[in-house]
Amino acid sequence: MDERRIPPAELNPEIEPYYAAAAEGRLLVKACADCGKAFHYPRALCPFCRSDATEWRDASGKGTIYSFTVLRRAPVPYAVASVELAEGPQMITNIVDCDFDAIRIGQAVRVLFKPSDGGAPVPMFTPEGD
Amino acid sequence: MTAPLAYIAGAYEHPTRKAPDKSIAQIHAESAKGALADAGLTFDDVDGYFVARDGPGVLGGISMAEFMGLTRLTYLDNTETGGSAPLVMVRHAAAAIATGRCKVALITMGGKSLTGDPKRMMPNQYGAPELPFEEPYGMSTHAAYAMAAARHIHEFGTTREQMSWVKYSAAQHAQHNPNAVLPKTVTLEEVSESPMIADPLRRLDCCLNTDGGGAIVVVGPELARSLGRPLVKLRGAAEGFKHRNGGYIDMTDTAAAFTGPAAFAEAGVAPSDIKYASVYDSFTMTVIITLEDLGFCAKGQGGAFVSDGNLIAGTGKLPVNTDGGGLCNNHPGGRGGIPKFVEAMRQLRGEAQPAVQVPNCDLALVHGTGGLITTRGGSCTLILERE
Repeated sequence: MDERRIPPAELNPEIEPYYAAAAEGRLLVKACADCGKAFHYPRALCPFCRSDATEWRDASGKGTIYSFTVLRRAPVPYAVASVELAEGPQMITNIVDCDFDAIRIGQAVRVLFKPSDGGAPVPMFTPEGD
Repeated sequence: MTAPLAYIAGAYEHPTRKAPDKSIAQIHAESAKGALADAGLTFDDVDGYFVARDGPGVLGGISMAEFMGLTRLTYLDNTETGGSAPLVMVRHAAAAIATGRCKVALITMGGKSLTGDPKRMMPNQYGAPELPFEEPYGMSTHAAYAMAAARHIHEFGTTREQMSWVKYSAAQHAQHNPNAVLPKTVTLEEVSESPMIADPLRRLDCCLNTDGGGAIVVVGPELARSLGRPLVKLRGAAEGFKHRNGGYIDMTDTAAAFTGPAAFAEAGVAPSDIKYASVYDSFTMTVIITLEDLGFCAKGQGGAFVSDGNLIAGTGKLPVNTDGGGLCNNHPGGRGGIPKFVEAMRQLRGEAQPAVQVPNCDLALVHGTGGLITTRGGSCTLILERE
């Protein structure tokens, strides 16, 4: 199967650790040391209490599919999903390395990393057990 | 709270749907000319100008003001909420007029989705904080709305046929619109069996991409009465915004869940009072979700509400998008707010196509959904009354 070319993320100082960890095969999630809430996408100030005491945490890499679609008309069809991480927040991602017709809402997924086109690897998800 | 007192003096939908021979700025200017002529006013009367980022220019609205020769501006607004922006700006214009900051507010919109370069129509996204977490995944308009549709089906059991009713109804209306891009009626089966684009959205669930635009003129009560046109008042309005909220998002509703009740409260009317509704129809499911959010039916009942011809003028309880909507008539520059507004004005003035004119249409609702409903977007609900 042809692989979709993945455009790299345009990095900035605030998010560099996220993609540096991805290069090591680790998924990070930002969480607030003051209010305790994890959030995505990561940012320096907590979007809930605006504390600057936010910290990077290693995520479990496990989640469930909240919703998804398959872009059938793209040159290389691909699946976009919003995955609810075990840590709480949802993230926009791709579901890969699976039969697109078998993807379901509520399905358990785990993280993996795919190389981007000249940039940092990108965290994506695949169904558990496949 | 009541709405700031303002009237809609002019409204114009540019007749073009494909304009390889026109510039984007030209479409704005021609639309402005049309709306001002509709109002019985001139460019020299304009002292407030409102345009979103579809208005081309090195310096936002000032560039378009220069292009059109506007020299008397005392008020400028470049609010960006996507396709709902012209509706949001009607609300802003009403506030500016009621507080004396301007007297004649001109709102323009124009774009070339069909013959222009869609990539270059995107506003400047340098430094956008969300982009590094969406661009690698090929996040797109279709993906965003498809995920909302998939979740709605998952939670409420909304059916394929219910979605098809929205397109079927739009096409029933479009057959009477001489400017509609798709004036042919369709069957439910044709919609349900059209090619899959982004599950569960099929080709005929998706709105058009057209060239075109339009404009609106908002004035105060005294000026409105002097113009000799039917008096259409902004009776209530609300704007609202929704984003991913740090990753904690419910994809089954939109900011209309706020703007609907807020606009009805400001207008002092109920959904059952509305004679006609223009509802943003980027996709069939957008209409289903929005009608629920606005309060026309309970959450999860939108599919049943749109079925069995309920949205069709003459037979349905709530005629919706009698011009054929973005699904069949026009969705210029990827921004459908203006055509929605203009069809509501036609209905209120009794100037809609006779086959779809709602009898004694004195109260109409216009709702715009801008941006992408499962990432970030802006909604605006306007309630307009003919006095």
